[in-house]
Amino acid sequence: MTTDERGTHSHDHDHDHDHPGTTPDVNETGYYELMAEAMKELLIEKGVVKAEDVRRNLEFLDSRDPAEGATIIARAWTDEAFKARLLDDGTKAVEEMGFPMGDAELIVVENTDDVHNMIVCTLCSCYPRTILGLPPDWYKSKSYRARAVVEPRAVLREFGTDLPEGKTVRVHDSNADMRYLVLPQRPDGTDDWSAEQLAALVTRDAMVGVTVPQA
Amino acid sequence: MVMFKVGDRVRIKDSHPPGHRRTPYYVRGKTGVVERYCGDFKNPEELAYGFDGTPKRELYRVRISQTELWPDYEGSDSDTLDLEIYDHWLEKIGG
Repeated sequence: MTTDERGTHSHDHDHDHDHPGTTPDVNETGYYELMAEAMKELLIEKGVVKAEDVRRNLEFLDSRDPAEGATIIARAWTDEAFKARLLDDGTKAVEEMGFPMGDAELIVVENTDDVHNMIVCTLCSCYPRTILGLPPDWYKSKSYRARAVVEPRAVLREFGTDLPEGKTVRVHDSNADMRYLVLPQRPDGTDDWSAEQLAALVTRDAMVGVTVPQA
Repeated sequence: MVMFKVGDRVRIKDSHPPGHRRTPYYVRGKTGVVERYCGDFKNPEELAYGFDGTPKRELYRVRISQTELWPDYEGSDSDTLDLEIYDHWLEKIGG
């Protein structure tokens, strides 16, 4: 088979191996992609949504990023009353800061000296997109989704997070209507830091619970 | 009506109906404790097929011990898995 016949390949060598860590480009329109496109066109044709609505929603989702989540965490670290509201009703507390949860509800789980929380969605890739942006590829991978519930401590070690046996690991499977955000522990030695300085420590992965923030 | 309260011991039904289900296979037949009540939501098993999702179903977070899920679990006995289960998948243990 020549490279031309292969169509999607521009390599000049034979392909009897995988390319680890890469996702091949898919040039053909798949079944589900076609169905989604057909559905979108029908909804627009029937006047249920406008093309502009679809575009605006995509633009909104693309504009979200983990910096939003980090400001929520930094506020919780510096404002006890807000932290209490956040843990009591996450949806309301983040809306109060101007971050809508859309159709989903938010549960915030707090890391403590005794408990470490991590989030997974085994059924698909549910993720608090309106406050963290789009999920990373590893979060959507079958490997993470399967292993996080079976061997969370091994998965955490692969992320560089080695937890003592005495600490309880709680895995939260985001399988239905709730979305989850981990409230990490505030790092030691940050007592006199401002909320802005603290927010810079809070990474996406810390809010998914696969790592812990370091000062 | 809230059917279960926090702390209730519950079993997740070991049922395998065809179609779109939100109860992952790995928890079916397992027992846990109600961690919180999340409210009532349109039933995704109905919504998936174009129905209106009513009557709504009560959604509970159930906390399951990892050693209950996986006999050879490597980690602390206190490690847990929490997930969301709709009321019709739950039965109370020890009434």
